[in-house]
Amino acid sequence: FMQRGLDSQTKKQLEEEEKKIISEEHWYLDVPDLKEKESYIIEERSFLRCEDLVYGRMSFKGFNPEIEKLMIQMNSKCKEEEIEEDDQMEADVSDEEMARRYETLVGTIGKKFLRKRDQRVLKDDDEDDEVEERNSNTRPNKRAKKMFLKPQD
Amino acid sequence: MAAEHGTAAEALVGQVVLPGDLLLLPAHYDEDAEGERLRLSAGAAPQGRLLCGPGLRRSGAGLLVTKCGLLRHRPAGGGAYWVDSQQKRYVPVKGDHVIGIVTAKAGDVFRLDVGGSEPASLSYLAFEGATKRNRPNVQVGDLIYGQFVVANKDMEPEMVCIDSSGKSSGMGIIGQDGFLFKVSLGLIRKLLAPKCEIIQELSQLYPFELVLGMNGRIWVKAKTVQQTLIIVNILEACEYMTAEQRKQALAKLSGN
Repeated sequence: FMQRGLDSQTKKQLEEEEKKIISEEHWYLDVPDLKEKESYIIEERSFLRCEDLVYGRMSFKGFNPEIEKLMIQMNSKCKEEEIEEDDQMEADVSDEEMARRYETLVGTIGKKFLRKRDQRVLKDDDEDDEVEERNSNTRPNKRAKKMFLKPQD
Repeated sequence: MAAEHGTAAEALVGQVVLPGDLLLLPAHYDEDAEGERLRLSAGAAPQGRLLCGPGLRRSGAGLLVTKCGLLRHRPAGGGAYWVDSQQKRYVPVKGDHVIGIVTAKAGDVFRLDVGGSEPASLSYLAFEGATKRNRPNVQVGDLIYGQFVVANKDMEPEMVCIDSSGKSSGMGIIGQDGFLFKVSLGLIRKLLAPKCEIIQELSQLYPFELVLGMNGRIWVKAKTVQQTLIIVNILEACEYMTAEQRKQALAKLSGN
């Protein structure tokens, strides 16, 4: 029959030979690990990071109002970077209120995604015993509807 | 070549250095000498890394000077040393904002002349709000203010007109009219310094708009042609004028 490729036996032989020659350590060089020199010096070819240069587009005395707005924005960006870390956003809603809202929210949204049968079960759990009786009456009726009705001969 | 004895970097700040000078850094930056700590004249020991700016190269534990000029130092933020040199020819550097002139449209890419050795490329999608269907209206001969995103000696420089957050923030096509001229790179840096007297004095004269490219190109636009030319002449001449001469010239103008 058709034989493409080596026999399983010859494959095994080759593997064993390879293993003898190449062991796990073959893949690591014998050179000792070079200590990575911590470089404290960064080379930089741009003047922008050395000197504090302002933005190149400028407008004076209201010649171009958009650029004047941009100038204020750009030049205050440099100063704002230092202050950013200190500012914290004040919360509009307190934490307690948030927790209360979230609790109820999860329940209502969760109900939305229940399938019909589960919804019924959920409803029954919530209601009182008195109401349960009424429901129990309706339950077998509904169940009866859903069960397969044998055709009468 | 004889190895030169290096001199301490702080000693030469503000003085002329020549290519080939070796600057020694204080022992903070040398991981071997942990016991000896030299005190910097500035005071507290700088933390973080030292920035080795244009005109300097790292060599061993010191810095080798490659351009002649004045040595500058900034002690803030880890410290930075660089050489303040004068030149007219621009070499594209990543992150620089420059003014380019559109010379050709090649398919989806514009070729811009920025004054370097090669024309830079600018993709039509690199504008704010540009999509494949909504192309920017750029013609040959337009002026564009953009920044380099790729600029090294091995590759063709590439430019974009949006910043990292996708906003144009002032970059893009520069409008109609106005006057473009070329000055040396040192003057541009002087003009872009945080509190430049020249710019402050000029802004008192009349309303005008100014765009400065780091490649030595300046674009000026004022209400009348005469005002534009006056500003151009002042900017070109103020490189070699002293502060007093400049104030006299401006006083004459405002008197007119």
